[in-house]
Amino acid sequence: MSISVQNISKTFKKVNAVNDVSFEVKEGELFGLIGPDGAGKTTIFRILTTLLIADKGTATVAGFDVVADYKSIRNHVGYMPGKFSLYQDLTVEENLEFFATIFGTTIYENYDLIKEIYVQIEPFKNRRAGKLSGGMKQKLALCCALIHKPKVLFLDEPTTGVDPVSRKEFWEMLKRLQQKGITILVSTPYMDEAELCDRIALIQHGKILQIDTPQEIVKYYPKNIYDISADNMYKLIESLKSFKHHYSVYPFGEFVHYTDTRNDFNPQELQYYLESKNHTNIKIKITKTTIEDTFMELTK
Amino acid sequence: MKRFIGFIKKEFYHIIRDRRSLFILFGMPIAQIMLFGFAITNEIQNVDIAILDHSKDATTQEIIHKISSSKYFKITQLIDNESSIEAAFKKGKVKAVLIIEKDFTKNLTKENNANIQIITDATEPNTANSISNYIISIIQNYKQEINKNTNVPYQINANTKMIFNPELKSVFMFVPGVMTIILMLVSAMMTSISITREKELGTMEVLLVSPLKPYQVIIGKVFPYIFLAIINTIVIVLLSIFVFKMPIQGSYLLLAFVSILFILTSLSLGILISTIAATQQTAMMISLAGLMLPTIILSGFIFPVTSMPAPLQILSNIIPAKWFIIILKGIMLKGVGFTFIWKETLILLVMTVFNIVLSTKKYKIRLE
Amino acid sequence: MKNESVIIVESLTKMFGNFTAVDTISFEVKKGEIFGFLGANGAGKTTAMKMLIGIGKPTSGKAQVAGFDVFKNPEEIKKNIGYMSQKFALYDDLTVKENITFFGGIYGLSRIQIKEKTISLIEELGLQEIENKLVGSLPLGWKQKIAFSTALLHNPKIIFLDEPTSGVDPITRRQFWEMIYKTANNGTTIFVTTHYMDEAEYCDRVSIMVNGKIEALDTPKNLKSQFQVHNMNDVFLKLARG
Repeated sequence: MSISVQNISKTFKKVNAVNDVSFEVKEGELFGLIGPDGAGKTTIFRILTTLLIADKGTATVAGFDVVADYKSIRNHVGYMPGKFSLYQDLTVEENLEFFATIFGTTIYENYDLIKEIYVQIEPFKNRRAGKLSGGMKQKLALCCALIHKPKVLFLDEPTTGVDPVSRKEFWEMLKRLQQKGITILVSTPYMDEAELCDRIALIQHGKILQIDTPQEIVKYYPKNIYDISADNMYKLIESLKSFKHHYSVYPFGEFVHYTDTRNDFNPQELQYYLESKNHTNIKIKITKTTIEDTFMELTK
Repeated sequence: MKRFIGFIKKEFYHIIRDRRSLFILFGMPIAQIMLFGFAITNEIQNVDIAILDHSKDATTQEIIHKISSSKYFKITQLIDNESSIEAAFKKGKVKAVLIIEKDFTKNLTKENNANIQIITDATEPNTANSISNYIISIIQNYKQEINKNTNVPYQINANTKMIFNPELKSVFMFVPGVMTIILMLVSAMMTSISITREKELGTMEVLLVSPLKPYQVIIGKVFPYIFLAIINTIVIVLLSIFVFKMPIQGSYLLLAFVSILFILTSLSLGILISTIAATQQTAMMISLAGLMLPTIILSGFIFPVTSMPAPLQILSNIIPAKWFIIILKGIMLKGVGFTFIWKETLILLVMTVFNIVLSTKKYKIRLE
Repeated sequence: MKNESVIIVESLTKMFGNFTAVDTISFEVKKGEIFGFLGANGAGKTTAMKMLIGIGKPTSGKAQVAGFDVFKNPEEIKKNIGYMSQKFALYDDLTVKENITFFGGIYGLSRIQIKEKTISLIEELGLQEIENKLVGSLPLGWKQKIAFSTALLHNPKIIFLDEPTSGVDPITRRQFWEMIYKTANNGTTIFVTTHYMDEAEYCDRVSIMVNGKIEALDTPKNLKSQFQVHNMNDVFLKLARG
């Protein structure tokens, strides 16, 4: 096991930031902690990177205990905190050089590891980090976290505040890093990114709701979900909520995700009901369960 | 070692690229010393004084003549009795009254001990202080003159303070104070700000999760400022010597040694502040309110410690600047050796060690 | 009524020196519409929005917001719009009630109006239990709902939302969108600026800005079928990658 977390709890001034959390990450795995702001993701990251000590529970990273062997961990992990922790007044190259020297290495020693990412920002190597776009900052921060060839990489919300193109490129990079044998623990509030992980833990209010592969996790959802649309979204939601057999009604992009309390639900019935409520352009079709649906069901 | 050099290189980039801090580092010392040297002098010239001479003999005439012939004083009034002293002051022109006791010459020649009383208008305490010092110094000179011709030294009761600043130039008094403030500013405030900046930006998190040991981080952050503070010391001393023609009486080596010690004291305070403050703003506030103000007010730089109320006098003892100013005045103006300032030096050393021990205790290897 | 345009933008341009931040954009937004204004950071969204809410002066072009010209009557515009940003919405060190009263005051409501509005708002959102709590102690979801309601205190014709639901948990996010639908249904226009494409899915129509120009403008559904993809994220990727 590359990361092993057992019954970790952490309280800040009465707030239970992390509550009895356990999970394991295998070597070479890309593991995602998925949850909204304030779910406890950052606290877990800080405990695992030896920046905080848990009130209860134990954890090991790369075989080292996070409290007793914190020095060894600091030699073997790469960490990219939520805010891209770069020196804004240093250039791209100077930042990278600095992080290389403090880890006792050089840019060239592990160049093959960062090459793919670095070539994208190399044209701007003399630009100050503060003047880079969000996507480029993110790439530079990743290079800095990788420069000493860590065994385990911790990425805390690496895609927050980054445009969709950079986000996509970033996840492609993570996949390739994973193939080089690096274990990656990543956190994100975006459910759509969950699908790109090998396994995920859904987390809310400091508690883990479920751990599984993205493909399996949606199977925990007990019901069939229907996409429903009509001309007036607001009235559609109102009508569905007053339908006596409704189990859940959530707006979901251009549709409403609807589930029924009954197992033998017939969409036709709902069609008639909505027509009776004067809805126009009604469309009802069964849809695939998403991780977001599962998350909502688990936090309900 | 390579890590350390890499770290220091990075620190220098920060300093060089931040115009504001560059200005504080190099503009301030020059601006301050010029400001104090030229503008805010409390030198006195042609001050109106009154004389109440109870003796009216040859010796007192000679003393009065000495005083009036100096460019510092103008005798505008001769008073006959004690009761008109207050009236003289109340008119507002006279800043000091010199009272010569009865039988002054007799007391001086027969008993070798004569008294002169100086009453000054203390509504301007600094001026009053200077006036009395100036008068005392003139009388002192006179005393030395008359003693040349006799076997038995005549004694006129007087203060011996001014002989160490014979040209009576107040800029000399300011140099130690300005130097103290600058070193405090550069060392304590700038380091505490630069350390808390890393906390604020989140880079401290990354530094903590690296093989760098905490003391390496601290030394790396602090080292450039030692270097800069030393440069500042040199600049100030050179300005004093070449612009203000101030002679340094004591040993340069000793001066360098105590300056470095004081820089270390200030740095240790800066580190201590950075262990408490989470943001640059807090660090700045603590440095300004907790260090700069007491340094300016309580160190004896502007207001003499002896004229402070007792509680403040006691409080002034914990201000490192107070001791450093004493040391600096000793070396720069009096030219004393280490044997005269070892006590103050020891106090600074103890303070430094105390701060460093406290900082290491408080310094977190984690975020909490 | 429904076809009345509350935002009319024609060839609006903003230059900073030689750099064209907003490049001759044109669009209209209807009353009661939820309009998504999308683009990556630096694409010119914020500059364009600043011009629309009357705090940035356009270099050239025309724009009318809530019936007022952005050149001539920016002050009138400010009176007729609401604004809620993700970064700053409410004062954490004031209570819920104090916040409502304060913002009511800013928008020029009378004391009686503020009192009435406060009561109705607290009732509507079910805030009776927490009305005297500091906003800072509330969960993010609550804060957003209250912030949204305070931005509506003066019955603005248009409300501008800046990344309203990023980082919020999925259920709270749904509740927030339901509030938006309700507000839009009452005739208030909703103008959402965001670079999160999943927020775009909820809008009636969206425009996508790339390098200062509007490169696409349609309903999410039409855009998806036009680019033959399943979500707005992919629409954006196709547009941005050319």
